[in-house]
Amino acid sequence: MSGAIEFLEPRADVIERRKTIIEDLADFLPPDALIHEPRRLVPFETDGFISYRRLPLAVVLPRNTAEVAAVMKYCHRYGVPVVPRGAGTSLSGGAIPQEDAVVLCLSAMSRILDLDYANRTATVEAGVTNLAISDAAGPEGYFYAPDPSSQLACTIGGNIGMNSGGAHCLKYGVTTNNLLGVRMVLVDGTVIDVGGKALDAPGLDLLGLICGSEGQLGIVTEATVRLIAKPEGARPVLFGFDTSEEAGACVADIIGSGIVPVAIEFMDKPAIDICEAFAQAGYPLDVAALLIVEVEGSEDDMDAMLKSIVEIARRHGVKVVRECQSAMEAAAIWKGRKSAFGATGRVADYICMDGTVPLSQLPYVLKRTAEIIDSYGLRVANVFHAGDGNMHPLILYNANDPQDAAKAEAAGMDILRLCVDAGGCLTGEHGVGIEKRDLMRHQYTEVDLRQQMAVRAAFDAQWLLNPSKVFPLEGRDA
Amino acid sequence: MQTHFSPQQLTDPRVAEAEKILRKCVHCGFCTATCPTYVTLGNELDSPRGRIYLIKDMLENGRAADKEVVTHIDRCLSCLACTTTCPSGVDYMHLIDHARVHVEETYQRPPMDRLTRLLLAAILPYPKRFRAALKLANLARPLAGLLDRSPKLKPFAAMLRLAPEKAHEPTPFTRPCTHVTLDAPRGRVVMLTGCAQPVLDPGINTAAIRLLTRFGIEVSLPEGEGCCGALTHHMGKEEAALASARRNVDVWAAEIDSGDLDAILITTSGCGTVIKDYGHMLRNDPAYAEKAARVSAHAKDVTEYLATLDLPEGQPLGLTVAYHSACSLQHGQKVTVQPKALLRKAGFSVRDPAEGHLCCGSAGTYNMLQSEISEKLKTRKVKNIEATKADLVAAGNIGCITQIGSGTALPVIHTVELLDWAYGGDTPEKLEKLLAARTKVKG
Repeated sequence: MSGAIEFLEPRADVIERRKTIIEDLADFLPPDALIHEPRRLVPFETDGFISYRRLPLAVVLPRNTAEVAAVMKYCHRYGVPVVPRGAGTSLSGGAIPQEDAVVLCLSAMSRILDLDYANRTATVEAGVTNLAISDAAGPEGYFYAPDPSSQLACTIGGNIGMNSGGAHCLKYGVTTNNLLGVRMVLVDGTVIDVGGKALDAPGLDLLGLICGSEGQLGIVTEATVRLIAKPEGARPVLFGFDTSEEAGACVADIIGSGIVPVAIEFMDKPAIDICEAFAQAGYPLDVAALLIVEVEGSEDDMDAMLKSIVEIARRHGVKVVRECQSAMEAAAIWKGRKSAFGATGRVADYICMDGTVPLSQLPYVLKRTAEIIDSYGLRVANVFHAGDGNMHPLILYNANDPQDAAKAEAAGMDILRLCVDAGGCLTGEHGVGIEKRDLMRHQYTEVDLRQQMAVRAAFDAQWLLNPSKVFPLEGRDA
Repeated sequence: MQTHFSPQQLTDPRVAEAEKILRKCVHCGFCTATCPTYVTLGNELDSPRGRIYLIKDMLENGRAADKEVVTHIDRCLSCLACTTTCPSGVDYMHLIDHARVHVEETYQRPPMDRLTRLLLAAILPYPKRFRAALKLANLARPLAGLLDRSPKLKPFAAMLRLAPEKAHEPTPFTRPCTHVTLDAPRGRVVMLTGCAQPVLDPGINTAAIRLLTRFGIEVSLPEGEGCCGALTHHMGKEEAALASARRNVDVWAAEIDSGDLDAILITTSGCGTVIKDYGHMLRNDPAYAEKAARVSAHAKDVTEYLATLDLPEGQPLGLTVAYHSACSLQHGQKVTVQPKALLRKAGFSVRDPAEGHLCCGSAGTYNMLQSEISEKLKTRKVKNIEATKADLVAAGNIGCITQIGSGTALPVIHTVELLDWAYGGDTPEKLEKLLAARTKVKG
């Protein structure tokens, strides 16, 4: 890609001491927990935001909190930057390393430590995948609610870093609403426990601060999360519309009337075609936009809620209403939706945007998005969590054509500015990472940003933790 | 994702194909989650995405394979769980196939590793040699513990442990001939006799032939066919693999040409996946491309074909089967529903073990060449299977049957043997003990 986003200059003293650093790490880490050969480092140079790549100095794969603490203590002592990484699925470049950084990869810490059904909590290591928690608790009738589309692969540590959401967050809230406690290694190797099994802990709400801090306040190694009892029943229903704007207006009306389904997902025609080709879910192909609305509860509850939703949809000229007939069909509907990003790879390269707008602005933002994309001569597929206004335009381009790539990146920036200008924000759930870093000044005043950076510096005065991310590079020390 | 190949590099059709595959990958990372080696080791280098990236880097730079890259390519089971998971449709199978050939062509393995691979490739595909080797293995079995102490000799220890106590002699069901039906046949098939399977367990094809002929299908075992080439193919020994493929294509294309052939049936799904890929493997060979494609189009797993015969509804047998879906069947060939539907229809009650997408660690010669990872996967698989509380295990691949069988007391039996028994055939040896124990309890 064009490479418009810059990274911090690598610290020359660290680069110079590369060999010593690796030897030192090898002294206290098992051989298979340290990767330093240049060729073996290449696969760690990027994450899900693949247009940017930087080789790290080394990768470590600690197996427990003590090893994480030892790495942090060492890196802090010698001023070595650290970039935490879970499954490397970040779409904002949150796990992209830099030349002077050690990548601290938590993927080998993937044990489920405790399933406490009496207290409805699960305690897991940070490298456990989001879906693994629901899989483990499923047989007892529980699940972990936030469900980012990458839930099959993404880790709970990464979810905490980005405060991830997902389709079902409309009802159950995002990660921060489902996180009860963490064990975290501070930048100097100190291990702290924050929160616990209760809904709230006395003192400052540090947990709220840690959740969404993008690996800049410390390294979460364990987390305690809420388990939720599975509903009696759940039913996704498909609503097809002739225009995206009508579908968007319908979403605003559903929420505006006080109805909160579990999920309202939006797909436009290009996204429908892509997902149908992959999942054969039976999405209607003769509509311009589709809403997947999921209701849950008893049969009566679901019927009643659906009746009101159908009435609202009729007012917006809904063309197709299709209730799914079986659990298999429901699974296919969700599989298609949750694979949308990856499945887009079948037709083109893409960058995935992640802005959030007030629901009343949805129709306007959708229309403007199309105009922006048109003005660059690009194509877009829209698939997103409409219920909470969390947009994910997928800008399609050709990664092997530098001009096309530059256009896609510029269009993305325009769309994110549009979201902010419409009263929304830069990120719903993917985090700022490097992708949206340079737009932070569009979102915040200088005073706001300074306050955030001051909090950050209280945890990590040397800016060693994931240093190139979140805050614009210039003006950090001012 | 973005690639960096020169136009010059892309003139090589194999590189051009690899480039096309790489361009589909969007680096989303979904594949890591269902990869048995990533789940076991937690290192992205041992995940499909990591390997794709290593291969990309190696090919783009036109570099010979080296120890670091080979280590991670070798750890790939080729279970293809990643291709079931991948939303972008990345053709990982052909990418890793190409990488293995590249390794074989450009990398000099350490002497013991080379010797091990040479021996496997020189023995396993040849029934006579394999039989002799198994007899030797039985004599040498006590040495396994000793061999385990040297990492270089570990594969031999694994071989000794896996070697069955009995090597089976050829039977009328493993020799070339045609098995006719009592009445006029309603279909005709060719069945792959294969190489290792008839030595390890000739009962599988015997049962398949009995079952098919009982339901009016004539089964030919043509003269001249042999190992499908999977073993050498997965070692990157491309010429040897293609030679096997060409020999079989010649024999089977002639069978197709003689008319009225429904299918080429395979009872070992590991072989089936490769035979279904003959068309691709020989695509650049003008003399064979068309014939190979025809052969691949006719290739079917035995359960795929049986499912088309509308076998009768059986009486409940009072036996619960844990169905182990071999990777080559579920991921390689996407055959998932037929085996279970057939077992249910025949009267078995069928259960799906948890983590059914994960490989049992057999993976051809993997359990000999990568015995440590293989053992971990076996333990995990057996735990999941035993948790179903089933009476026995059904699987459609001799490799899985041997692997899982070496880790559990439950009988592990080929799906087609169970079907044959349920429809009036002989009782499989492994089932006899279970049935005897049951009678005793009841008595």
